[in-house]
Amino acid sequence: MRLNRRAFVGTAAAATGVLSAPVVWGQDSGRPRVVVIGGGAGGATAARYIAKDSDGEIDVTLVEPTRAYYTCFFSNLYIGGFREMDSLGHSYGSLAANHGINVLHDWAVGVDRDAKTVTTAGGYTLPYDRLVLSPGIDFVDGAVPGWDVTVQDRMPHAYKAGSQTELLKAQIMEMPEGGTYAMVAPPNPYRCPPGPYERVSMVAHLLTEINPTAKILIADPKQNFSKQALFQEGWNRHYPGMIERVGPDFGGDMVEVDTDAMTLSIDGDVTNVDVCNVIPAMKAGRIADIAGVTEGNWAPVNPEDMSSTMDENIYVLGDSSSQGDMPKSGYAANSQAKACAMAVRGALTGSSVFPARYANTCWSLIAPNDGVKVGATYEATEEKIASVDGFISQTGETDEVREATYVESLGWYDGIVSDMFT
Amino acid sequence: MGAGMARSAVFGILLGLGTSLHADAGGDAERGAELYGQCVACHAIGEGATDGIGPHLNGIFDRGAAHSEGFPYSEGFERAAATGLTWDYDTLDAFIENPRAVVTRTRMTFRGIRDQQDRDDLLAYIRQFSADPQNYPEAAPTAAAVDHSVAPEVLAIIGDPAYGEYLSGECTSCHLTSGAASGIPSITRWPVDTFVIAMHAYKDGVRPHPVMQMMAQRLSNEEIAALAAYFEKLE
Repeated sequence: MRLNRRAFVGTAAAATGVLSAPVVWGQDSGRPRVVVIGGGAGGATAARYIAKDSDGEIDVTLVEPTRAYYTCFFSNLYIGGFREMDSLGHSYGSLAANHGINVLHDWAVGVDRDAKTVTTAGGYTLPYDRLVLSPGIDFVDGAVPGWDVTVQDRMPHAYKAGSQTELLKAQIMEMPEGGTYAMVAPPNPYRCPPGPYERVSMVAHLLTEINPTAKILIADPKQNFSKQALFQEGWNRHYPGMIERVGPDFGGDMVEVDTDAMTLSIDGDVTNVDVCNVIPAMKAGRIADIAGVTEGNWAPVNPEDMSSTMDENIYVLGDSSSQGDMPKSGYAANSQAKACAMAVRGALTGSSVFPARYANTCWSLIAPNDGVKVGATYEATEEKIASVDGFISQTGETDEVREATYVESLGWYDGIVSDMFT
Repeated sequence: MGAGMARSAVFGILLGLGTSLHADAGGDAERGAELYGQCVACHAIGEGATDGIGPHLNGIFDRGAAHSEGFPYSEGFERAAATGLTWDYDTLDAFIENPRAVVTRTRMTFRGIRDQQDRDDLLAYIRQFSADPQNYPEAAPTAAAVDHSVAPEVLAIIGDPAYGEYLSGECTSCHLTSGAASGIPSITRWPVDTFVIAMHAYKDGVRPHPVMQMMAQRLSNEEIAALAAYFEKLE
């Protein structure tokens, strides 16, 4: 499907707000059609594997609003000064050029499950035989009193990578000497379980270099967190006395922020802060709600292939899905996307479908060359994706092992982005 | 963590099959001294031993792999060391049986010693040159009988590259299909048997890397062969 004149007219009409009838794409392709919404670790991988492995038999359209995708994974390393923002950005050109994927930079705003169509903000109507939703996360309204997305310029979440990450780092760079960086950590479940704590590590590293008397204050609604022993050991070793974490026993779950006064209140105790990184409670990306495939905050899926429990023609990948034991991580979404791609191809072209094999590994950086990891393998059971086997880095590992783990994480980054975008 | 679990699982299977076990890891050091004749051209041992073609083996027990300072170890050895390979009875036994099972592309061109008694004797000799015998990590009583080599019938399995391509999705979340390597090794275009031997070594917990052990543990013999067949041909 190329952008033809009708589509061009549609764009122009949408832009001028005089659209009278939606423009329908790919009416006569004859091939089965898959629409993928969201071009991250889940969606880009799914689009790529469906197109690549079906060898042109399936018409794949990827709907993603941004021209360049900035990976959320490794964005903390940008804050710590270990990556340039440019190195985290990836375009969709190879997916279009190498695999014939029709990449549409547009917002999906509607799903008609009866007509099996997706509508976009640009005014297009995209028919599908199978729809893959991989929209990542959105934030729960009212999760942190005093905060909503309209004040993300004052108190950034930096939990969708890109301008927010750059803003957060810029604010940290401008903190007064001895100032306070505060983080409001999210409740479970949320994207990237070790993410907030890797972030704290990277902020601490940055502050140690530019503002060593600064303080870090974490308000955390969770009793425990991912890789806790490893992070706490690392914080004591690399950043002694800099980091204070207030858990739920001391009101870490009772927070309120004031963007005008730049204060954080923990159980009524008000603190002046210089940077306030609010990471609110999360839910599935909005299009999952619009499609009507959510239950509560997330979209439940069948463990064997990530298909929605509410619509057999829709699959939900990655952070938005509720599947069982896998964490909401880029690696997990990439792994789930391959099971989904295989099932979609099987359904549309009759290709073989093997049992899904799920896996995850999450690397985190605590300080220069001090990397840790946690991982597991999973299988589909009747009721959920269940953990089979796993491992975690140990406290007290040698510097050599930690450095090797960090170097390995750099290799993994190259591997996964190649698996998503080449 | 995973390694220990894996190893005990493997032992359990072997016990169940009634494999003959040595009650202890002891061997005949005198006979081992004779057997060391095939090592000595490259590996000096004893008072004043220094690195030659290979590193000297004084104090080898309980040391990290690639420990002899200044010796130009292969990339494979450096990587094995970085992932935590330590020389104890188990790992030395596996390495002497088939060096490639433990370290891919080691420069040690030695085909290995298949006979368990020969390995026990050789290790009994070598252990005498480790500084503190008290510190010598005894293997678990059952450890000496573990067969680290891949059975010929397993090596003979012809893998299905199409099935391997499907399975490869698990590998390509980290390993680059281009064959480039940065931080994570290339796995394309390996000879099939090298690939199979390495994967079984992870599966058996002989190689130390936790991610690879976890991934290999749930692969069947046929699946490993299929992956080997697929990656061998990947351009």
